[in-house]
Amino acid sequence: MQRPSTATSSTATYRPPQVPSVDEVAAKERASRLATRSIKTEAKVEGLKRLIAMLDLTTLEGADTPGKVRSLCQKARQPDPNRDSPSVGAVCVYPPLVSVAREEVAGTDIKVASVASYFPSGQAALDERVEEVERVRDAGADEIDVVMNRNAFLSGEYGRVHREISALAEASGDAHLKVILETGELETYDAVRLASRIAMDAGADFIKTSTGKVKPAATMPVTLVMLEAIRDYHLDTGQKVGMKPAGGIRKAKPALRYLVMVKETLGDAWLTPERFRIGASSLLNDLLLQIEKERTGRYYSKRYLSLG
Amino acid sequence: MAELKAAPDTARELLFGDEWEYAPAPQSADHVRLADRYGPFIDGEFREVDDCFPSINPATEETLAEVGLANEAIVDDAVSAARSAYESHWRDLSGTERAKYIYRIGRMIKEKSRELAVLESMDGGKPIRESRDMDIPLVAAHFFHYAGWADKLDYALPGPGRPQSLGVCGQIIPWNFPLLMAAWKLAPALATGSCVVLKPAETTPLTAMKLAEIMQEAGLPPGVVNIVQGAGSVGEALVEHPDVDKVAFTGSTEVGKHIQKQLAGSKKRLTLELGGKGANIIFEDAPIDQAVKGIVDGIYFNQGHVCCAGSRLLVQESVADEVIEKLRHRIATLRVGDPLDKNTDIGAINSKQQLDKIRRLVDIGEQEGADKFQPECKLPENGFWFPPTFFTNVTQSHRIAQEEIFGPVLSVTTFRTPEEAVERANNTEYGLASGIWSDKGSKLFSISQALKNGVIWGNTYNKFDPASPFGGYKESGFGREGGVHGLLPYLEVPAESWHPQKAPTNGSPSTRPASSTSVEASPEPRADDT
Amino acid sequence: MANICRASRKDFRDAVVEAREAQEGWSSRSAFNRGQILYRMGEMLESRRQAFVDTLVEVAGYDREQAEAEVDVAIDRLVWYAGWTDKFAQVFGTVNPVASSHFDFSVPEPSGVVAAFCPGNAPLLGLVSCMAPVIAPGNAVILIVENEAPTIALDLAEVLDTSDLPGGVVNILTGHRTELREHVGGHRDVDAILSVGASTEERTVLEEEGAESVTRMEFRPDRSPADWRADDSQSPYWITPFVEFKTTWHPVGR
Repeated sequence: MQRPSTATSSTATYRPPQVPSVDEVAAKERASRLATRSIKTEAKVEGLKRLIAMLDLTTLEGADTPGKVRSLCQKARQPDPNRDSPSVGAVCVYPPLVSVAREEVAGTDIKVASVASYFPSGQAALDERVEEVERVRDAGADEIDVVMNRNAFLSGEYGRVHREISALAEASGDAHLKVILETGELETYDAVRLASRIAMDAGADFIKTSTGKVKPAATMPVTLVMLEAIRDYHLDTGQKVGMKPAGGIRKAKPALRYLVMVKETLGDAWLTPERFRIGASSLLNDLLLQIEKERTGRYYSKRYLSLG
Repeated sequence: MAELKAAPDTARELLFGDEWEYAPAPQSADHVRLADRYGPFIDGEFREVDDCFPSINPATEETLAEVGLANEAIVDDAVSAARSAYESHWRDLSGTERAKYIYRIGRMIKEKSRELAVLESMDGGKPIRESRDMDIPLVAAHFFHYAGWADKLDYALPGPGRPQSLGVCGQIIPWNFPLLMAAWKLAPALATGSCVVLKPAETTPLTAMKLAEIMQEAGLPPGVVNIVQGAGSVGEALVEHPDVDKVAFTGSTEVGKHIQKQLAGSKKRLTLELGGKGANIIFEDAPIDQAVKGIVDGIYFNQGHVCCAGSRLLVQESVADEVIEKLRHRIATLRVGDPLDKNTDIGAINSKQQLDKIRRLVDIGEQEGADKFQPECKLPENGFWFPPTFFTNVTQSHRIAQEEIFGPVLSVTTFRTPEEAVERANNTEYGLASGIWSDKGSKLFSISQALKNGVIWGNTYNKFDPASPFGGYKESGFGREGGVHGLLPYLEVPAESWHPQKAPTNGSPSTRPASSTSVEASPEPRADDT
Repeated sequence: MANICRASRKDFRDAVVEAREAQEGWSSRSAFNRGQILYRMGEMLESRRQAFVDTLVEVAGYDREQAEAEVDVAIDRLVWYAGWTDKFAQVFGTVNPVASSHFDFSVPEPSGVVAAFCPGNAPLLGLVSCMAPVIAPGNAVILIVENEAPTIALDLAEVLDTSDLPGGVVNILTGHRTELREHVGGHRDVDAILSVGASTEERTVLEEEGAESVTRMEFRPDRSPADWRADDSQSPYWITPFVEFKTTWHPVGR
């Protein structure tokens, strides 16, 4: 067997690199071992604050309105109305609402992220998907989350997957491209590992687990496998690709476990919103509740927090 | 031998620093109830004795409690208590009744698991995560598993007839998994109807005393289990005691050989679970990240105080650099220190003596020209500590590649072909356990068959389960512990009532044809003095 | 394959070399094939039944009826163990229901090279009863024979020679066990020792010497020829002391 060679970025000659296989049982063991890390006191507060800054505060509902997005952005700027806390990393909204969000976060460090490429299914012709990415880019999104073509991937058309992501990456211009693998549809960790590599080879700035529309969404083992793929890519190429688990992370405790995984898999250089994000809609309030509990020693109530 | 990457490429290096540090997360020891002194546990009672020795916490060097030192007379009392319990009732108790006692012990261990885990970590130095998640759950599981055998012994061994219990077992256990080894020894002995005198290791006597309290509380009849404490001389007295029917020993190969010699001609039954120098073989088609996890689990689990530790890494040349680099990254994240901190990965070395041995062998490794790697580690001032270590540029003849170090020290060598891997893996007097990492099933099974080891972990390492037989080939000992195979060393085989080692206690074999019951004189009868 | 002389230490050493050489090939044959060969031994023995009966009568002082019984049971015993070769692992091996997501199983493997001190009684059947269970699972054996009719061992060697048994799997030495015991016990390339009818002294020497390399030890009393013919002189528990159980774990995942 040949080890994966450093993949060429040339689309025409792209061959899927051979990536190490993943043993499911041991990968899960490793993830659950990392989940036993006990994060207490100042480490907990520090971790919770970091997580707020790493949050892609998301609303991706059919019922989203400009009003809802404005309120989300307000929450993003000042997560806890009663005291200081870091602002979130980004707000993530559907394309028609990018301009609203853009206005609301103007003058802050908060990024505007959106989803494109016929999220969440990606079932459209490539030029239609490219066009949507361009539109979102032109509307002022800093970050664009696109979906990988699972249909092509599961059919073994890896060259096509690579070609498409490359095209989307090119269309995204200066905006950061986050490629959603939709791991819940890939089924095996081997597939996750390979898809991660193809996405990175094709120019992804981030790789992301899930749309949030498919179950299972982010899990610890799947994220671990992707972090390991990012590490290998870094060791191969020197590039530092970011990671974004998304979907189903609602509480502070599991969120801290994700941060532990990043710390112990990729190290200090990834403990930054530049390279690690969590996509979530309801996590923020639990982070705030936990910070307040650590600060006062008393359990806080959601009644003091805005819905966001 | 391939040149292994000496220095990392700094541009592509990963930094595992203090960007976000974990705060101390100590497990409280408040709920550990410990007496100042524990006498030997004989006939259901803790005896008062004059001589005591301290059991210290290897992480702090502070004394935890004093333990009564046994001598020949005390051992004799213990054996007598076991004998009389055996003959007066335990032997004749129904399997179901025995099972209920054993189940009860298992359940009570589960109930007290937190206290036992904390005490195990305090007395032995192992990380609380391991004693909490591994040792103590396995202890309870072991009693549960064997409890269920007690009334099913008729189905345990193929063949007609009813297997018989042995009598009094002398059991000697090591300090690396104090309570777990006690469970491995006691559970099958009790299930099969024997009575026991157990001798724990002198550096880790305390959880056995807690177990004695549990057995008292569980109402186990006095004398069924007796516990005597002390060092080698106490073990020797137990082994030599004429009224002991069976000896089971887990510990070093050196002591195992000594015991086998001591028992020569005695007709006592013996099982030995001795040392090892496990090979962890990584093929180029392995799931590399999980293999690296397996290397770490193989050698740094329990500070490397594991007889089946994967202390020899054999890695295929084509992936050697990658594996070493990843191993370097992984051990940079291992946390060495307070065994009671929930985030500790590597706790305290069990004793000063063991620490000295590890240091001596590591020095030898350096003198012999191997390259040592240790991550930067802040070690506590008091207590006994050794950082996770591996050696590259090791050859088969190096002492660190041959001798059991019993510490967190790995030797790394490379190989080119499966044949070479097998030759090297088998090139040792030991034969306890090995790991094989490959994505190719047929290769994995062929290597598994070729390895002279009692346990093969394919794409995993250091897994234990009460249903899974464990034990060695060659100088790693004989006999199995765990599962149905673990019963065999504690039973007289049914079809063999004429077996010399013990007379049958009930009846003659049913399979013997009537025609041959009258012994026919042989032409030249030979003396049979058995 | 046979010596009908007083075997020396060197003879034993050479026999161990032969046995070691042959053992791997023997154990890597299919269990079915080993069974065929053991059965073939039985056939070959049967084809020489009369000669063995005569020898037992003439050399060992058996009456004809006893001699016929011994040869017949020896044939049956070979056939009996022939059948065990591919059943032993099924009866004594296990799949272990571990709690984690692993497939876990235990199978017997041969211990390797076994030295067997054969009974003084039953010059044919005693040998067969020691040899067959040892070689059935794939061990090589050195039979050490000291009895009143050692030529029978030589005759048996000829039977083995014509039954497709690979050379070196069974080695027969005739001699004095008191002269050999210390050397056998202390030989570090011997994996297991079977001793039938050992005196306490012999047992002590073998165990003391064997401890140097943690040699597996199995002691059994000698029996009368009639008892050797009894069904309880054959058992799969004659095989168990000469196997090692190997437990293999593998994850169950995708």
